[in-house]
Amino acid sequence: MQDGIRFSLNGVEVEAQAGETIWQVAQRHDTEIPHLCYAHKPGYRPDGNCRACVVEIEGERVLAASCVRKPAPGMKVHTNSERAEASQKLVFELLVADQPDRSDAHDPDSRFWNWADHIHVTGSRFPAVARENKAKDFSHPAMAVQLDACIQCNLCVRACREVQVNDVIGMALRGPNEKIVFDFDDPMGDSTCVACGECVQACPTGALMPATLVDEAGRFTNAPDREVHSVCPYCGVGCQLTYQIKDDRIVAVEGREGPSNQNRLCVKGRFGFDYVHHADRLTVPLIRKDGISKHDTAIDPLNPFTHFREATWEEALERAAGGLKAIRDTHGGNALAGFGSAKGSNEEAYLFQKLVRAGFGTNNVDHCTRLCHASSVAGLLEGVGSGAVSAPFMAAADAEVIVVIGANPTENHPVAATFFKNATERGAKLVVMDPRGTALMRHATHMLQFKPGRDVAMLNAMIHTIIEEELYDRQYVQANTTDFEALAANVKDFPPEQMEAICGIPAATLREVARLYARSEASIIFWGMGVSQHIHGTDNTRCLIALALLTGQIGRPGTGLHPLRGQNNVQGASDAGLIPMFFPDYKSVEDPDVRGFYENLWGARLDPKRGLTVVEIMDAIHADRVRGMYIMGENPAMSDPDVQHAREALAKLEHLVVQDIFLTETAKYADVVLPASAWPEKDGTVTNTNRQVQIGRKALPLPGEARQDLGIIVDLARGLGLDWTYSHPREVFAEMTQAMPSLRNITWDRLERESSVTYPCDAPDEPGHDIVFGNGFPTANGRGRFVPARLVSPAEEPDAEYPMVLTTGRQLEHWHTGSMTRRAQVLDDLEPEAVAYVSARDMERIGLRSGDRLRVSTRRGAIELVARIDGMIPPGLIFIPFAYAEAAANVLTNPQLDPFGKIPEFKFCAAKAEPAFAPAVAAE
Amino acid sequence: MNVHDPRPSRDQGRPDRSIHPGSGRRKTRNAPRGRQVDQASLDEVRALLGDRPRRPDLLIEFLHLIQDHYGCLHARHLAALAKDMRLALVEVYEVATFYAHFDVVIEGEEPPPFLTVRVCDSLSCALNGAETLLSALQSDLGRSVRVVRAPCMGGCDRAPVVAIGHALHEHATIESVKRDVAHGHVHPHIPHYVDFGAYREGGGYRLLTDLLDGRRPIDEVVKALEDSNLRGLGGAGFPTGRKWRFVRAEPAPRLMAVNADEGEPGTFKDRHYLEKDPHRFLEGMLIGALAVEAQAIYIYLRDEYPQVREILLREIAKVEAAGLARHTEIHLRRGAGAYICGEESAMLESIEGKRGLPRHKPPFPSQVGLFGRPTLINNVETLFWVRDIVENGPDWFGGQGRNGRKGLRTFSVSGRVREPGVKLAPAGITVRELIDEYCGGMAEGHSFKGYLPGGASGGILPASMDSIPLDFGTLEQHGCFIGSAAVVILSDRDDMRDVALNLMRFFEDESCGQCTPCRVGTEKAVVLMDQPQWDEGLLNELSRVMTDASICGLGQAAMNPVKQVMKHFRADLTGEIKPAPEGQSEPAPGKPARY
Repeated sequence: MQDGIRFSLNGVEVEAQAGETIWQVAQRHDTEIPHLCYAHKPGYRPDGNCRACVVEIEGERVLAASCVRKPAPGMKVHTNSERAEASQKLVFELLVADQPDRSDAHDPDSRFWNWADHIHVTGSRFPAVARENKAKDFSHPAMAVQLDACIQCNLCVRACREVQVNDVIGMALRGPNEKIVFDFDDPMGDSTCVACGECVQACPTGALMPATLVDEAGRFTNAPDREVHSVCPYCGVGCQLTYQIKDDRIVAVEGREGPSNQNRLCVKGRFGFDYVHHADRLTVPLIRKDGISKHDTAIDPLNPFTHFREATWEEALERAAGGLKAIRDTHGGNALAGFGSAKGSNEEAYLFQKLVRAGFGTNNVDHCTRLCHASSVAGLLEGVGSGAVSAPFMAAADAEVIVVIGANPTENHPVAATFFKNATERGAKLVVMDPRGTALMRHATHMLQFKPGRDVAMLNAMIHTIIEEELYDRQYVQANTTDFEALAANVKDFPPEQMEAICGIPAATLREVARLYARSEASIIFWGMGVSQHIHGTDNTRCLIALALLTGQIGRPGTGLHPLRGQNNVQGASDAGLIPMFFPDYKSVEDPDVRGFYENLWGARLDPKRGLTVVEIMDAIHADRVRGMYIMGENPAMSDPDVQHAREALAKLEHLVVQDIFLTETAKYADVVLPASAWPEKDGTVTNTNRQVQIGRKALPLPGEARQDLGIIVDLARGLGLDWTYSHPREVFAEMTQAMPSLRNITWDRLERESSVTYPCDAPDEPGHDIVFGNGFPTANGRGRFVPARLVSPAEEPDAEYPMVLTTGRQLEHWHTGSMTRRAQVLDDLEPEAVAYVSARDMERIGLRSGDRLRVSTRRGAIELVARIDGMIPPGLIFIPFAYAEAAANVLTNPQLDPFGKIPEFKFCAAKAEPAFAPAVAAE
Repeated sequence: MNVHDPRPSRDQGRPDRSIHPGSGRRKTRNAPRGRQVDQASLDEVRALLGDRPRRPDLLIEFLHLIQDHYGCLHARHLAALAKDMRLALVEVYEVATFYAHFDVVIEGEEPPPFLTVRVCDSLSCALNGAETLLSALQSDLGRSVRVVRAPCMGGCDRAPVVAIGHALHEHATIESVKRDVAHGHVHPHIPHYVDFGAYREGGGYRLLTDLLDGRRPIDEVVKALEDSNLRGLGGAGFPTGRKWRFVRAEPAPRLMAVNADEGEPGTFKDRHYLEKDPHRFLEGMLIGALAVEAQAIYIYLRDEYPQVREILLREIAKVEAAGLARHTEIHLRRGAGAYICGEESAMLESIEGKRGLPRHKPPFPSQVGLFGRPTLINNVETLFWVRDIVENGPDWFGGQGRNGRKGLRTFSVSGRVREPGVKLAPAGITVRELIDEYCGGMAEGHSFKGYLPGGASGGILPASMDSIPLDFGTLEQHGCFIGSAAVVILSDRDDMRDVALNLMRFFEDESCGQCTPCRVGTEKAVVLMDQPQWDEGLLNELSRVMTDASICGLGQAAMNPVKQVMKHFRADLTGEIKPAPEGQSEPAPGKPARY
């Protein structure tokens, strides 16, 4: 459009860029204008309601809100005329009248009070008026609501409705009675609030505050004394945040403007930080007492000395390394295995796999990626030559059609979900495909609630439609793909009219959604573990890849394939080679050239055969092939399928070294337990689902004698005879950049400076590529490959004895196996105990009411837990989060594996549900 | 770390720490977060809504369906409605609580009695004993009837007015109200009006048909409106012909909205025309839609006029059946008790099913209006004159006028005159001429003291300023405006301080609450004005800021009466003159104890 709009600001000629408001231009010219209801932050629409920012425009009858008003050419604006300032000040004076005394204020350092100071408003000549809307509400564990400080500025409403799109907060009533409400003016703690805390971050007065910062009377007593910028330790979204610290304890967390979160956080990131200070933290090295059986796991983490004895680091390390060395030297390296962690840093992951490969002499190294997206990665490597996402989730902003399949991002990737919801508010069409209802449904144009495990039938029917109706991009297919004919031949057998009965979605809907996806200017697919955690997980992924390749919906803005990665560093840990078949950057361990490179780089002979995966290692222990393990930050005693089998394997190990911050269910089987560092206690980089490498900074001292994970790995390596000297993660990162082309042009210094860099990146001073595959694929022939998928039934279908389908997953409040989140007070308060989600119809059939105890059993075991009626669950399905040790869902799950990704079928097994009358037995 | 620990656990027993890493201080919820919807309530709501499309803009219509059927809005129904409409709970709640005619009943709360009697306490009714009536009815009608105060119901010439359920009841007395309540007269009384047949017989819809069939160009109509100098008679006075031309120049699709939310205290002219000759308005409306090629017309009718709603429902159906709306579609929308929705952009928000918060301008509704589309907004009376202006020629309308002004104005006159009512008079007539020539002089025993030239927000002028021509643009120099031409006449028996306080209470009640100067300003002004001694300095400062910094006309004009009282009626402020006779224990007839 035009170059700029020239107008006069306080007598000075200035120029506004297109779309800029008067306030924004003034700010660029260092002209301060008071403001309360305006947040100069991404996602916040100016609302112009507080009128603190009014300015005088010559020739206009009344003043204008500068946060909303855009300048016009030749306009003469005065921000500091007598008339403008009189209104700005009186607005404050009107509001001060009803504020609690500043000495009593919930946040005396709030934006409100700071602005009042700034424009010299100290008191008010107006009388205060007592009204019912000045209520206090301490019902929520995380947030204190004190509406006596509320100025009705609406920022919290916009935070909740327009930024995070959780739609809980609103403005009820009208006039002076206007009141901020949650749902139907319900106590916040009883409302649909998901506790993202965006409102708390937005509130300019302290009417909404983190409960941790105020005392019982609601006064601000816990002011932080310093801040540290870091990254959230939970999910793959990788939100940047700021720890607020007082006396070396985190007292609050704020969102920061990172590329994947734009200041937003979810309940875990914002309120789930105090696990680091929990009394259960391991603070001294432990060695199993002589004669204590590994089958005896009745250990209170607060007092592990019933089963373990305290040891010096020297002794513990010697015992740990010595045991591993002895097995290696007696039985060979393949008798050892290591589980690293996607919760650790890139540098830790890299060193861990290097230790296993170079120190143990085996490729038996894996981590929980095997349990989440292994099949996605297998499918993507095969189809498009790269296991990472083709576009960040922010690409949803440019999409016309967004498909979310087998993912529940409002629970599992809450901040990513906010951007999907923003996109639908903008007008994007959202297609949700999931056997369970999800919160995204309300925003969806199409909800395909298909039968569990019938993904391929549904997706092939769509592919069939696209080919049959010639909706595919012939040119794109010709130029960029191979094996189209095989795909076309395969899907001939999958007409929607026949698949309808199998997947449960009407043929007309399948065709409509296929057309929608294919015809749109830009379509993008997001998927989660509902796709991957099946024995046909790789087939599911192949179908999604085929959809994108067929229609050319990849490689452009608003298009692509995005498996929403689970752990904060699952992308980075996989990139760093923490997987049995690949060296860093997915270079095959069985390729002699690659192996030669690494043998040269690492100065060690390396195992030429791929190693065992997570579940295979457990089987190998039972088969006496693996005898010793080193497990760092991983909790297979909770996370593996058929977990009783896994626990028996752990108990059977001759030597188990566990390095963790808590005495996890896995650590209870250890011979040596090494107390390690929590995320806020260390420096390191992590790579999120968007391929953004981000830096975490040390914010807290280590508790007791706990040590840095990196240092422990180095010490163990030395104990195994390696001459490692790394003293800081930056040295490890430097070595990684030599081995990993993906990290080209990314350095530790750059990360310290920029906090986040996306790979691939072309130059040290250029941003990385958000969207890849615009120009072919990183495969041998540069083309994407269609791989047809046939129908594979779930490994264990319901039958007369086990008539229901059990599916497992996560909840918003709890992370993975719960070792951190169940020790975070707010999260524990919000979801305190094991629970199963059941449909009302099934509960009636079983004869239970919501809140009663339910016994769920499968061929592998039984658990008892509270049953909760959930409208999102279709009859016949039970959902159980696997975070709860007291009723571990993985006692029930089926360890059958996808043949390509080796991922277990967590999302489907046959189960029986009945009232719990007798005490539960962990396994039958 | 959190000290509040809001709900102690039901079970104090700590879980086995060797298995359970949590604190065990709380038990899990029995249901997903927040309110759940029960199937019975969902079925009830679905039965009421039938097969109506679940568009979010119909939220207020659906709330009316539930309120009318159940006598209130039970939380369980609201939750069900939210689910059925795929809205968030709070989106439904905030709309339901914004409008005065909805009664939200949360679990555990007592539902209101099925019958509500609303007693108008706006100025003209207050002058006629509304307060006495209100308290008497509250004590006499018992617990089975709810008696509440309410703002202007457009019956100011037949004050005091109450609404018994959906029945407007004028010249109310304690006895007459009790009688109608006892007899269950709670439904709208439909007055006699010119119906479709009669209107057509009188030549009605010929103009529209000619235009629809292309026998006459629409430009001719627009030109006639421009030549007649017809201006927006809702109060803003924007030239109608020009507005039509502007909107027509905006990109399609375009919409039309009709403001039938007449709520300015003292105004009842739109009601008059809708109750007497609705098709003359409808024809003007359909011509307007043709002129701007509006895809659809939304008539926003205030909920205080249920009888008009009945008329329009019947007559619009006939118009549609006759094919006279084939160029557009007509939606009749029902307000729900919010004066602010008479502000055009607040009205658009309300038509969209939201709280009635005025929008920032620019952009103006002619560019970005209803559902974001260019929208023609006209008042009822403005459209009422379209046919007559075209048929009689622009000179017929523009040729009338007095004291140098041009055109016709429909004055709603109430207060202390002998014959209050709707007065069609030349623009520019003075208040003195209006009283003497049209209203039969002052009421018995009252002498002229002052007047409101333009309803509650148009300011107050003293009798000494009785020769100002009443028209757009003539009163502004005196800090007043004509607005909707609602003239309220006040007498020596009226205390201007009380008048101003009555008006300020009205604005406080009706402020939408969006902006600080109006939300807090009206509240503080009421408190300050209730003091024995007004802090005039502070009130003046407040006036200036409310006028300068409020978003819409409500806040900008709310202090007009206060300013005028401080300027023109100083004696009432200093207490030098007691308007009512001293030593009277009962209020004087026709004079409330306080208004």
